[in-house]
Amino acid sequence: MTDISPWVIFFASIFTNNMIFSNFLGMCSFISVSNEIPTSLGLGQAVTFVLTFTTILNYLIYNYILVPLGLEYLRFIIFIITIAAFVQLLEMVVEKYFPNLYYTLGIFLPLITVNCVILAVSLFMVIRNYTFLQSIGFAVGSGIGWTLAIAAMAGAKQKIKNNKLPKGLEGPGITLIITGLMALAFVGFSGIVQIQ
Amino acid sequence: MGTILITTAIVTAFTGLLALLLTVAENTIANYGELKLVINDDKEYVVKGGSSLLSTLIDQKIFIPSACGGRGTCGYCKVKVLEGGGPVLPTELPWLTEEEINDHIRLSCQCKVKENMKIEIPEELFNVREYEVTVELIEDMTEEIKKLRLRLKEGEEIEFKPGQYIQLKVPTYEGNDEEVYRAYSIATPPSIKNYIDLYIGYTGGIATTYIHKFLKEGDKVYINGPYGHFYYHDNPDREMIMVAVATGIAPILSILRYMKDNNIQRKATFYFGAKTPKDLFELELIEELEKELYDFRFIPTLSRVKEEHNWTGERGRVNIALEKYVDNGENKEAYLCGSPGMIDTVVEVLTKKGFTEESIYYDKF
Repeated sequence: MTDISPWVIFFASIFTNNMIFSNFLGMCSFISVSNEIPTSLGLGQAVTFVLTFTTILNYLIYNYILVPLGLEYLRFIIFIITIAAFVQLLEMVVEKYFPNLYYTLGIFLPLITVNCVILAVSLFMVIRNYTFLQSIGFAVGSGIGWTLAIAAMAGAKQKIKNNKLPKGLEGPGITLIITGLMALAFVGFSGIVQIQ
Repeated sequence: MGTILITTAIVTAFTGLLALLLTVAENTIANYGELKLVINDDKEYVVKGGSSLLSTLIDQKIFIPSACGGRGTCGYCKVKVLEGGGPVLPTELPWLTEEEINDHIRLSCQCKVKENMKIEIPEELFNVREYEVTVELIEDMTEEIKKLRLRLKEGEEIEFKPGQYIQLKVPTYEGNDEEVYRAYSIATPPSIKNYIDLYIGYTGGIATTYIHKFLKEGDKVYINGPYGHFYYHDNPDREMIMVAVATGIAPILSILRYMKDNNIQRKATFYFGAKTPKDLFELELIEELEKELYDFRFIPTLSRVKEEHNWTGERGRVNIALEKYVDNGENKEAYLCGSPGMIDTVVEVLTKKGFTEESIYYDKF
């Protein structure tokens, strides 16, 4: 598994192995924050940003602390704690030193601490035995893929905003149906590359 | 056994390390030191930076009306930020109009204090306090309306203008899992400083269900206030037209009793709308006011009278009585309190009679 180019993994995780459309991960913020394109792009940026850094951090912690000590089974708990602490720290730093960045994505940071995509990427990285560069490609790609998915969903939702829906389908109902349809469309990409 | 101990030790050490790191960061990166907060150009406060403007103000015992408790979901806690505060955040945008943004209005629960700031708030908010009060009396006024008497702690006093309202904090109870604040007008005059009376009509909502079904005499509740721009205006040569329905009577009673306490000699007429004679309440108090006030007349009007009620007074909704008795808007001012529908209709009638916008004060609920 380790001979795939990081670039292939990068593109694959945007299209063929999109976290939303092939794994259905990171759904809660995907469903609730996908009402307007600018907001969803902001959230998408924040997810990509956090995803990249937490994956790097978790890669280092896993390979240089957990594996040598034979504590691989602790990865779930250690990964999630690292992510939570990192997001907290990141929020403080961004708020103080990068006011403009805080304006665009700072307010989304608390939202994504518990986004399961973040944990999933770190765990897939371990399961699939990715190298450092492959992990980075995978993380950045997954983030962009997630952004693409939520922006597409926001666009679709804006289009149907004024349409009349059956009562039971309003809100999350129709969002999940649209997600399903988009996922089917993304299946079309699946023959191009395979990374798992 | 060994594995369990090692695991616990490692996880504890790891979380401890991160917690330490975050504490250090909290005290270095997120520490904005002591900042200067200037309010309305004349009051200067030294505050600790880093938290929201709303909670910073609460620390200084200045209460901005806020119904959601700082989560950015009610849009009430608007203040004018003249200096500092940074750009308007996306979380504030849904609550601000373009006009307000140009006018530097911000949501104080979202705007953080990170530099010296200059803000403007309505002067009367300096009087706003939080009080822990005891429910002294719950009395049925009509089938749907209860009178609530809330007594302040020994030695505490509340200052307000006649007509203003307070917010009552409704705690969680069986069937309701969120704390909410609801506004109720004070019915007692400002001369009574150690208790307030409220009239609360049952609507089936979170707050009225709590008050009608759960609250008991002797319970303790929290209120904060006073708030509101609906209060007695001192224009001695103007005649007063007062209009209210149901619990809207509260601020009017406060104003009338204030006039009695201060021996204000103005002509006043109070039109009160209800459905049947059973919906009229506090009649003794009003009768007393009719005797003691300089020139005061009470005109109740009923919209659903039947033969068996033997009603000889006015019939129909309040706007009909107003059409009949108010000749023109010259040298008059109106105080309205009631539902938005009633206010809109009455404002229309009064405008037609020649009342100007500035001579009609109202409180919609």
